[in-house]
Amino acid sequence: MSWFEVLTNAIEQAVGPQAVVYCLAAIGLNIHFGYTGLLNFGQAAFMMVGGYAVGALVQTWGQNLWLSILVGLLAAVVLALILGVPTLRLRADYLAIATIAAAEALRQILGAASLNDQFGGQDGRFGFTEALRDINPIPEGGVDLGIIQFRSYDFFIMLIGWVLVALLCVFIYLLMRSPWGRVLKGIREDEDAVRSLGKNVYSYKMQALVLGGVIGAMAGIMSGLATSNVAPSDFATDTTFFAYTVLLIGGAARVLGPVLGALIFWFFLNGLDLFFGKATSGTDPLIPSAIMDSNQASLMRLIVLGLVLMLIMIYRPQGILGDRRELAIDGR
Amino acid sequence: MGADTMNEKHETAHGGGDVILVADGVTRTFGGLKAVDVDHFEIPRGKITALIGPNGAGKTTFFNLLTGFDKPDEGSWTFNGQSLSGVPPYKVARRGMVRTFQLTKVLSRLTVIENMRLGATGQKGERFLPSVLRFLWQGQEDANTERAMDLLRRFKLDAKKDDFAGSLSGGQRKLLEMARALMVDPELIMLDEPMAGVNPALKQSLLGHVKSLRDEGRTVLFVEHDMDMVRDISDWVVVMAQGKIVSQGTPDAVMSDPAVIDAYLGAHHDAELTFDMESQIEAEAEQEIAAETEENR
Amino acid sequence: MRLRPAAVLAVVLGALVVVGLASPAGAASDAINIKGTLSDTRTDPPEPVPDVKISVEIDGSEVATGVSGPDGTFAIPVPGSPDDLLGQDLTVKLDTDSLPEGTSLTDGKKTSFTVMVKTNADITVNYGIGPEADKGPGLLQEIAQNSINGVFLGLLLALAALGISLVFGTTGLTNFAHGELITFGALAAYLLQDAFGWNFYAAALLAVILAGVFGLANDRLLWKPLRSRGTGLIAMMIVSIGLGIFLRNVYQYFFGADNHQYRGVPAGDLWNIGGVGISPKSFYIAVICVVVLILVSLAVTRTRLGKATRAVSDNPALAASSGIDVNRVITTVWIAGAALAGMGGIMWGLQNGFDYQVGNKILLLTFAAVTLGGLGTIWGTMAGALIVGLLVELSSIVLPPELKYVTALVVLILILLVRPQGLLGRAERVG
Repeated sequence: MSWFEVLTNAIEQAVGPQAVVYCLAAIGLNIHFGYTGLLNFGQAAFMMVGGYAVGALVQTWGQNLWLSILVGLLAAVVLALILGVPTLRLRADYLAIATIAAAEALRQILGAASLNDQFGGQDGRFGFTEALRDINPIPEGGVDLGIIQFRSYDFFIMLIGWVLVALLCVFIYLLMRSPWGRVLKGIREDEDAVRSLGKNVYSYKMQALVLGGVIGAMAGIMSGLATSNVAPSDFATDTTFFAYTVLLIGGAARVLGPVLGALIFWFFLNGLDLFFGKATSGTDPLIPSAIMDSNQASLMRLIVLGLVLMLIMIYRPQGILGDRRELAIDGR
Repeated sequence: MGADTMNEKHETAHGGGDVILVADGVTRTFGGLKAVDVDHFEIPRGKITALIGPNGAGKTTFFNLLTGFDKPDEGSWTFNGQSLSGVPPYKVARRGMVRTFQLTKVLSRLTVIENMRLGATGQKGERFLPSVLRFLWQGQEDANTERAMDLLRRFKLDAKKDDFAGSLSGGQRKLLEMARALMVDPELIMLDEPMAGVNPALKQSLLGHVKSLRDEGRTVLFVEHDMDMVRDISDWVVVMAQGKIVSQGTPDAVMSDPAVIDAYLGAHHDAELTFDMESQIEAEAEQEIAAETEENR
Repeated sequence: MRLRPAAVLAVVLGALVVVGLASPAGAASDAINIKGTLSDTRTDPPEPVPDVKISVEIDGSEVATGVSGPDGTFAIPVPGSPDDLLGQDLTVKLDTDSLPEGTSLTDGKKTSFTVMVKTNADITVNYGIGPEADKGPGLLQEIAQNSINGVFLGLLLALAALGISLVFGTTGLTNFAHGELITFGALAAYLLQDAFGWNFYAAALLAVILAGVFGLANDRLLWKPLRSRGTGLIAMMIVSIGLGIFLRNVYQYFFGADNHQYRGVPAGDLWNIGGVGISPKSFYIAVICVVVLILVSLAVTRTRLGKATRAVSDNPALAASSGIDVNRVITTVWIAGAALAGMGGIMWGLQNGFDYQVGNKILLLTFAAVTLGGLGTIWGTMAGALIVGLLVELSSIVLPPELKYVTALVVLILILLVRPQGLLGRAERVG
């Protein structure tokens, strides 16, 4: 692989199926955290119910894929209600701990060996995307856009994904410049003030949780469709934190924040991976193996990611698109 | 002071006239300490009532109880004859009883005009799906904006309409909060220390605004501990000390009531009652109470 | 439960030897053989168990049977050519009535199990045989055993969790990178022992001190500057997430993803007290934990600094105005909290082994302990940790063991909903 290919591969990943998945997850979080101030650390749980509803309904119970997708989205609504009814009364940091614990508990249950027959244990569910593959209109040879190439099915997924992202962005733009969005932003600032003006804060928080959760489920479903697999490891706590990183890079409370964030996040995450992978491979690697071997090279991207998350939060909490005066992050 | 005398004064003050809010037997205990223990409390309609008392008297807690932000151990109260016990704060506001906060709660990262618009009630655009269809709510929004601008002009904030509310000064925030509360079009407006943290120059104009509320037919209840402020504008004064109502009457009658002087001096061990110290202590108390409120919700 | 790993190890080792000896002979046969060994794992080396009946079924009908020989081995040819059998499910059954009196399989589920024929190679099945009691110890015995395990777990959690609680109490920070403080101690001790050849006890002692220094560095280089910038608590929480991801991967960079064990600390022979097994190593670890927890308790009740810490946790503003040096308290809390966390990591590693993310794996359990006890309270954290430890271990009596941590997480959520100030916390602390 040449250095030029490192670059083009990173570009491919920046717009590829995984970028779509994290973009969707971050759009959901933007509604929770960016606009409403709900510190949901359990976005992985919403992704999980979406992805597993599709995977298990199709593979385990032989249901129709399209119906299963619908059920996956409804499952997210149900999860939002179950999670939200009690936890939305909690203050921000307690909500964070409650949601992170709920997500991890759900993950361990779905991955349990005792439910192997239903959810496939640590391997999860796979091979449930036939119906989607059958209607793939992209030529079998894939798509060549000059310097970047995509396989046929990947491109199909990207096409669906980015169209979905575009539609959601328009929807959220309309929502957030409406009086409804104004109430959410008010709640983010000070929910007691909004209460004193006669708004049912609890109901608005629930609406936000459901909406962001359903978009999170879309992310989980896209992830399952893209890889034809859902497994517990796809929905670990770090998945939620990556989605937060995507959101914070782009800018919270900005409609296009998650989109820009996803592009940049995946470009650099994979760019770094490919760069260090190449820099440590071959007989005479750029970085001597005494300093870094190829296993260590694969960790560099996460080391940098952790640093970036810290630095963004400290020096530019409004992200790239945000307005410092209107930044969404605030301590209590 | 006995209950009989109190009733007598009550009769003379508003001549058995119309009351908008009546509370009976309201108590609230924090960790064994009775913060509020009010036998009977009334707000005369169309008047300015001041609720005064030294710090720790339970004024803000009582205020929180009446508006649904805190739950009493026992007691009942009615607004326009309808019970408000157990009614959540947002419903209290919808019934026409709107409050402001001692530590001003403007929404810093919304503009002044957006703060105002948020106060309008019955907005079609605040429902989830209709909100996406602008034509459904544009007309209402324009009308609300017009009303908001009128209010902003009245409170001399119209030049700031596109500024973030967080950039306003303390006094301007108080004004904005009052103006925003008026967007709800309340019958009874309850101001929690509207003068706290406001520079003296602005105080007079604030007082003027409070009076204008009465003049346009609204009822005003405000919490204050500076007795001099109270004398000028209020029609009726209720004094709280250690959770109980110790006196009520016209400003002049209350000022000369020995029970009131006792309450103030007793609470402060002969110390000069200074405004800054008071508001600081009250602010701390408010935070603790807010914490309690949250926990108990 | 504690007997199992040793027994399983013996079976596996025994099986390896047998398979190694047997496979050359088996490869020559045309038919597929079901073969293996039966060995009594109560003795060392395991003794062969003869005369046990084993049968093979296809679609519920018996197609072949066999009996173990004097050396405990058996080989049952399955009728039919290997090609025809490909893809078929074979069910191998062991007749438990033919086992010697008073014994049973160490793995009870193995009496009947199904394999799919994928190649034409022989299929090897080994059986370990142990005392009949293994079929299921009495419920009381199980409760006693799991309670002891729970207390041991709880004590480790208490050490690991005190730091979170102290830091939250004094600075309001919910530190998601606390797991990495736990891991730091475990790794530092390992490094001293592995790279510099230190004696374990000396390595552990210095590692605890290094962990304290690491905590100090955390505060001085990151949190203190952020506090003086006025960074919000939620922003700091997200910074701690970034720090956690960063440190975890740095750890893996230098130490790899392997599971590590400390050397030079013998496990000792299992003590059997009324059918309840206690490993001496676990017991001494528990004793050390108790001693340290008592010392911490004395420190916060008897020393000036300890009292100041409690005062700051109770009400930072009031403490500051009454002349307590809040910054000094916070520094102390970071050093002590990180040292305790590091010590918790070392003890955990000593007990269970560890890897680069040991602390992160138990982070949610420590959150559960801290929340249960009431964020920021010292006694509450200790009590909460013990309760979480007990819940986790006792729940595995009724739940599949892989779900035992789920219990703690569910309890954590319930506590947040019902009593967010924790069991021992005061209501005033919340908000």
